[in-house]
Amino acid sequence: MIYQTLLKEFPYLLEGTLVALELLLAFMSLGFVVGLALSIAEVYGNRLLSTLALMVERFFRGVPAVVLIFLFYYGISDGYDLSPFGAATLALGFRTGAYQSQIFKGAIQAVGSGQMIAARAIGMSKVQAIWSIILPQALRFAIGPWSNEFASELKDTSLAYTIGVVELLRRAKYIVSYTYGNALVVYGLCAILYLILIRLGNMVLYRIESKLSMPGFEMRREGR
Amino acid sequence: MSLLRVEDVHKSYDDLMVLRGITFQMDRGEIKVIIGPSGTGKSTLLRCVNGLAYPEKGRIWIDGEEVTDPKTNINHIRSKVGFVFQSFNLFAHLTALDNVAIGPVKVKGMKKSEARLLAMEELRRVGLEDKADAYPAELSGGQQQRVSIARALAMNPKLILFDEPTSALDPELMGEVLKVMMDLAKEGMTMLVVSHEIGFARAVADEILFLDEGKIIEKGHPSELLTNPANKRTKEFLHQIIELYGEEREKV
Repeated sequence: MIYQTLLKEFPYLLEGTLVALELLLAFMSLGFVVGLALSIAEVYGNRLLSTLALMVERFFRGVPAVVLIFLFYYGISDGYDLSPFGAATLALGFRTGAYQSQIFKGAIQAVGSGQMIAARAIGMSKVQAIWSIILPQALRFAIGPWSNEFASELKDTSLAYTIGVVELLRRAKYIVSYTYGNALVVYGLCAILYLILIRLGNMVLYRIESKLSMPGFEMRREGR
Repeated sequence: MSLLRVEDVHKSYDDLMVLRGITFQMDRGEIKVIIGPSGTGKSTLLRCVNGLAYPEKGRIWIDGEEVTDPKTNINHIRSKVGFVFQSFNLFAHLTALDNVAIGPVKVKGMKKSEARLLAMEELRRVGLEDKADAYPAELSGGQQQRVSIARALAMNPKLILFDEPTSALDPELMGEVLKVMMDLAKEGMTMLVVSHEIGFARAVADEILFLDEGKIIEKGHPSELLTNPANKRTKEFLHQIIELYGEEREKV
């Protein structure tokens, strides 16, 4: 009985998965830009800029995700017309941006100081050196830790459920409600879908990491 | 007008006075070798010359432009001054060819295809055209240093600064780097070299500057300074160097 329902409702769950992925793409992109900006400001900015970046980073890392989501949704949607999807994108985007900034900061600092000096010595400006010498190396170092952040954020898309984004978890809850129970099977299926997505994502990221690795800086890891 | 003019340069790091009034000049095509004990500011002096370090007192001119003037476009000056580092500092994510080509592309706005042809030419000049596609980590130290010389050459510099270019190399790899440097010297390149390679200094230097405790203690043509140093400290230092590098003692 439940399996027939599940079979019928599976496309509905898959659509929810798609919504979750859209949300993930939206806020991870925002977070990438925010994180990169924060890390560059923290490492290379003047005192004002780096302090500002530090404060933003501390705030978004220090406040629980659900509180951020409520802040953006209920806080802002009073004055502006902000959809649940938009609010979740902003809240989770800035939060992952703060976390990603720490990944990028570490990666930038892992690039030898001689690289910047050599770039400046042939006449590159600081911006040119960051853009064409430091970041291409730092981003390669960052892929490993970034894939961890990716997995963590993919799971956190489910938090958008709390303000009514109709993503995977919310759809699962609908099915559980109107089939009167069967929570174990439906949420179990939900868990499997998240698991598959994370494995797929990590496999792709690992491929990218190996493909882009610089000779002499390969990460030797097995069984990923 | 001299190509490089250094006038009364003072530089300290925190409380440590590294340079205490350095003055000298270089003409086009001239080669000067700076020797001296470690910690006497030889590298700092080179860094001041291309603006990687900023002296608190004194002035430096290159090719008529004042390096120490805050209004000068320092990137423009640096594009005319090559710098070869002790630790090579090749860009780890780029092949040998792209290491050489990136300067002309990013700094001079040269077309990529054109820059790659030029880079190949410079790699040929240092004898490494067959390593064009290798990454720095795939090259020996000597090869890396030759690529870094090619990287400097690709900018068509008026002056190249060498900061102990062979100090990080095994003795058997020093030769190939020194040979490239000798070739450059013969071609008339203006070179300011920090090095304890006395043989190189003797062969190509127009003048040796002996630096100690942030000052030029003695300077002169290698034939004089190496064989008959006037200053006691120069004498002691040369004695140590020659003992270290195993040259015949009676030459001093």
